[in-house]
Amino acid sequence: MSIMSEAIAIAPAPEAHAPVAASLSGVTRVFGASGSGMAVHALGPIDLSLYKGEFFSVVGPSGCGKSTLLDVLAGLSKPTTGTAEFEGRAIDGVPDGVGVVFQEDASFPWLTVENNVAFGLRRAGFEAAEVERRVNYALGFMGLRDFRKAYPVQLSGGMRQRVCIARTLVLQPRLILLDEPFGALDQQTRLLMADELLRLWRETNATVFLITHSLDEAAMLSDRIGVMSARPGTIIETIETGWPKDRDSRIVSDLRFASITARMWEKLRVETMKTMVSQEGKLQ
Amino acid sequence: MKRPGLVSAAIVIGCILALEVACRYGFIRRSVIPAPSEIVSMLYMLLKSGTYNEAIRLTLSNIAISGLIATVLGFILGVIIHANDFLRRGVEPFLVSYYAVPTFIFYPVLVVIFGVGSAAIISIAVLMSVVAMITSTLNGLDRLPPAFPRTARVFQMSPVSTALLITLPATAPYLFTGMRLVISYSFIGVIASEFILAGEGLGYSISYTYNNFENSKMFALMLFIIVVVSVINSVLNNIDRRLKQRLQRGD
Ligand SMILES: Nc1ncnc2c1ncn2[C@@H]1O[C@H](COP(=O)(O)OP(=O)(O)OP(=O)(O)O)[C@@H](O)[C@H]1O
Ligand SMILES: [Mg+2]
Repeated sequence: MSIMSEAIAIAPAPEAHAPVAASLSGVTRVFGASGSGMAVHALGPIDLSLYKGEFFSVVGPSGCGKSTLLDVLAGLSKPTTGTAEFEGRAIDGVPDGVGVVFQEDASFPWLTVENNVAFGLRRAGFEAAEVERRVNYALGFMGLRDFRKAYPVQLSGGMRQRVCIARTLVLQPRLILLDEPFGALDQQTRLLMADELLRLWRETNATVFLITHSLDEAAMLSDRIGVMSARPGTIIETIETGWPKDRDSRIVSDLRFASITARMWEKLRVETMKTMVSQEGKLQ
Repeated sequence: MKRPGLVSAAIVIGCILALEVACRYGFIRRSVIPAPSEIVSMLYMLLKSGTYNEAIRLTLSNIAISGLIATVLGFILGVIIHANDFLRRGVEPFLVSYYAVPTFIFYPVLVVIFGVGSAAIISIAVLMSVVAMITSTLNGLDRLPPAFPRTARVFQMSPVSTALLITLPATAPYLFTGMRLVISYSFIGVIASEFILAGEGLGYSISYTYNNFENSKMFALMLFIIVVVSVINSVLNNIDRRLKQRLQRGD
């Protein structure tokens, strides 16, 4: 235990002094609070600052409020209490420069892959040549070039999710919010996609907020990892990984990688058990 | 054509041939059913002479008008009901049991309101078909994946462009199913009403020829309606299948 903490503590924290991209303070979210019926306290209170250009991941037991947290950051739902800011301004609706990839498949079945990817660009009024250029780049990047004329129904779940990722990335958001984007992919593809995501992150300098249930993924990708408690989710621990910016999936063999995942699991084990116990209680 | 299609075609052709033989050799009397070949040549003559052109035009345009009204009205009502939970809980029981009631029994009431003529006929047809469109619209909106409107919000789309570019295409297969039902019900509504309360139109012509023992004319008109309905239906079926294929998610 003490050895692990030391290993992590030694790691430098280069992002610590970077300017803040987005911040939450005292954010909670309660569903069904105003109406009758039972109120569900889904989230918080949460205090969180995302630093400009950092890669921040969130892990937590299922149903702890991760997607709810993402909704607040995206401006898709208002916090019940507390404040949320993006680039110094209170979040009210989805701010400019924020891109979201949802947990569910959101590819449009009536559009071809390339038209799906171009959708946001066209809404934003980019001219045809620029749309074409960015779509081509994203299709290549996501390994979808051979499927540009295909409809989502012809693709696997993982490929549809890549369509959604491409559709978000072509707009070059400054803050990218990803909710389990690789959930539908197999392990090998996940690793490759993770490398691609890292490459993209380095190239664009975007701030990335990633929700994942894979501890390995969080440990390998992130500058910082927020570990969440069982519902109502709060951030019980923030782990700084101290990886260099030009890392890739090969760091999984690094000694520190093991200690980071061990640290996450130490915290999560207890929280996950709480979730299981409360579900058992419901069943009886 | 696929195998099941071949089989259905064979069944139809077989039945027609059997009927033809039965009529020719006197197993079925001419006063009951004329031979299919006779019906076809009669229809050809009627269409060529133009005797029933006016009736056909009137009936088809009544069907088109009632179909259009029921589609638009049903869609609008569906959207309103979907947006209002309270209203929906009140209306839903009626929608569910609507087709258990033979709407047709209200025709005297409608005649009192609209008189005899196209207005009454169209209102009966709309009354019969509009609920199918409401139900289909609700069905489509219920199945809209929540991630779609959320994606629209991320792309900062206005309510109007969200409706046109996301809600409409996403629900199109369901709306189209509604339109198909509307067309079927409009056919039934218009032709049946003409039977009873009109002095013109195809339904009236069929009942007129029936009352005057003009058997082969009657069957020729019936054949005409069957052909028109089959053609429309197969076109709509094709579009329907294409829309559904695209929407089915393969996981
Ligand atoms: N619209 C809503 N109304 C009521 N309760 C909700 C709503 N959305 C989410 N919840 C509840 O809030 C809690 C947190 O949900 P959320 O989807 O944020 O969890 P999550 O951590 O993303 O879960 P998962 O790991 O399964 O994706 C859950 O208990 C969920 O049932
Ligand atoms: Mg979630």
